[in-house]
Amino acid sequence: MIEEKFDAIVIGAGMAGNAAAYTMASRGLNVLQLERGEYPGSKNVQGGILYADMLEKIIPDFREEAPLERHLIEQRFWMMTDRSHTGMQYRSDDFNEEKPNRYTIIRSQFDRWFNKQVQAAGAIVISETTVTELVSDAYGKVIGVRTDRAGGTIFADVVVLAEGVNGLLGARAGLRPTPKPEHVALAVKEMHFLPRETIEARFNLHGDEGVVIEAAGTISKGMTGMGFVYTNKESISVGMGCLVSDFAENDETPYGMLEVFKKHPSIAPLIEGSEVKEYAAHLIPEGGYKTIPELFGDGWVVVGDAAQLNNAIHREGSNLAMTSGRLAGEAIFQVKSRRDPMTKQNLALYKKYLDDSFVMKDLKKYKDMPALLHTQAQNFFLTYPTLVSKAMENFLRVDGTPKIEKEKASVRAFREKRSLTGLFGDAWRLARAWR
Amino acid sequence: MKILVCIKQVPDSAQIRVHPVTNTIMRQGVPTIINPYDLFSLEEALRLRDKFGGEVTTLTMGPPMAAESLRKTLAIGADRAILLTDRFFAGADTLATTYALAQAIQKIQKTWGDLDLVFTGKQTIDGDTAQVGPGVAKRLNLLQLTYVSKIVEADAEKREVVIERRAEGGTQVLKTKMPCLIAMLEGTNEVRRGSISDSLRAARAEIITWSAKDAEIEDLGKCGLKGSPTIVKKVFAPPVRTDRAAFVEPGKNAGESADVLIEAIFKRHPALEEDMTKLASGF
Repeated sequence: MIEEKFDAIVIGAGMAGNAAAYTMASRGLNVLQLERGEYPGSKNVQGGILYADMLEKIIPDFREEAPLERHLIEQRFWMMTDRSHTGMQYRSDDFNEEKPNRYTIIRSQFDRWFNKQVQAAGAIVISETTVTELVSDAYGKVIGVRTDRAGGTIFADVVVLAEGVNGLLGARAGLRPTPKPEHVALAVKEMHFLPRETIEARFNLHGDEGVVIEAAGTISKGMTGMGFVYTNKESISVGMGCLVSDFAENDETPYGMLEVFKKHPSIAPLIEGSEVKEYAAHLIPEGGYKTIPELFGDGWVVVGDAAQLNNAIHREGSNLAMTSGRLAGEAIFQVKSRRDPMTKQNLALYKKYLDDSFVMKDLKKYKDMPALLHTQAQNFFLTYPTLVSKAMENFLRVDGTPKIEKEKASVRAFREKRSLTGLFGDAWRLARAWR
Repeated sequence: MKILVCIKQVPDSAQIRVHPVTNTIMRQGVPTIINPYDLFSLEEALRLRDKFGGEVTTLTMGPPMAAESLRKTLAIGADRAILLTDRFFAGADTLATTYALAQAIQKIQKTWGDLDLVFTGKQTIDGDTAQVGPGVAKRLNLLQLTYVSKIVEADAEKREVVIERRAEGGTQVLKTKMPCLIAMLEGTNEVRRGSISDSLRAARAEIITWSAKDAEIEDLGKCGLKGSPTIVKKVFAPPVRTDRAAFVEPGKNAGESADVLIEAIFKRHPALEEDMTKLASGF
């Protein structure tokens, strides 16, 4: 057979892989992208919210064609107990702008479209093909890949690993460790189908407006986790996620928790009468800044979830994936146009781009947050929500008790449960982690 | 050996939905696949090519998006793919389809030389008529071998082929002259996975696209809706057989959960309980 050699091979066709492949192919590089799913998007799972800004930097006029569900005009944060939720809600007509900032999307459709743009930009995309091995030369430089199809090695100057959170390839090649259970969350979601009009009536929406609910509290049974409700055009995505280590320690199942979440008196009426057509599960890297592995080496870079680039606090993953993919693509293009080799030293440019971007700055800002939420899970997910709910009920229920006594009772409840030092400690730790 | 394989792009029947009001198949958004029956014929064609040399051409009639399925045939190993697409072909029943295909096949023979074998699938999963293969054979005056379970022998020199054919009450062993048309049965072989070179070749290949004019089709009146005497009088969805899944609250342990489950099953199917009790009383 004729030996095949590309400028770059991208492994994976999710957000990061597509962004990298598009960036390189549209700049004239000879790109091969390999995807193990039946088609790009077929295996990809996300809640999912798309942040327009990061995609605009790659495909400025994406709104004209991309399969988008609803643009978000309202965000609800719910602190839940078993029977109540205390909410904060922000809704603004300013979000009904010409170029909205956030959209709900269905990844299997969106990624397929995104990948069509990659192909139109000139990349060769091959699906149903799993990369089984990175091929290195005698000096350890990655020079190509082998797949589960017959035909030997395909060569490339550089390999972009965009294989997702649980990518075995990089781990097997010793480029990064396998994510630890306490650093990944397992999220499950269901797609509940309802007529458009029903969704719009239940969530108070017009046209393509959409709502997001994010909920935390006793629903995660004292574990680090959260639930969500996203409105799509003709379906509602309902999901729940917790750290894998927590599931294991507490002997809880993700689907069991989702069942409970769906039956919560605040959630059940929203999805009543719906038909479930899809059930999906996905791992989410939650370890934050401290778990980011080596991002580049001789002949390779790693992007997206595979590089643990996920901001758990702001629930942002796909935009970090897209941005890291784009920056890797730009760095590779720079090195290539200087006619320099794809050495570790030269590919450090990718890390520099990433450090200068919001990706690393945001992750650095919250570097202590994942550990804090994990070690203090009982307080943040059980004790406080319960206390807040009690205080709210206390405040709202009119039963002849003097108001001053009610207030005192609420404060006393907080102190009893958590002690003054505990309260200050939590506040201090939270403030520090947030800073 | 010059071999042609006719394929069809069909909606993935596993993911199809019927419109609740109009009872029509909702094709929008449903993923498409190569008609699974066609793949057994494609594999058989590739095996013959690998053995005797020559080339395998795949042909389909359909909308422009059917090019995707043809590209897949190249990735599996076919050498050339031709898409017959034109608005004149829209709305064709099997009579009109066989006319257009037969005309295109003649053009293929004019362009690349006479064919030794034409393969089709047994039937398609969306139409289920099993008429197109025999129809094409009739129009091209080809001998036809349907329900073929095995190609026992093919002799390129003598231009003979021996096959096994599933028939009522047994298996027929038939010998015939080439050129002929063969429709393979499902499950008769294992479809190969193309090599990485096949995938790359397929990704780069140009799908040859023919309009009615390109294919030199003589009578457009015999194509598409115009050439289709079949009238669909009524479409209806069969009554749904399955109930919605019921959720039962699990018990404290596996044993209790099993009890709850068994009770729920017996409640729905009392006859089952009777049978089980009868069986159990024997011990």
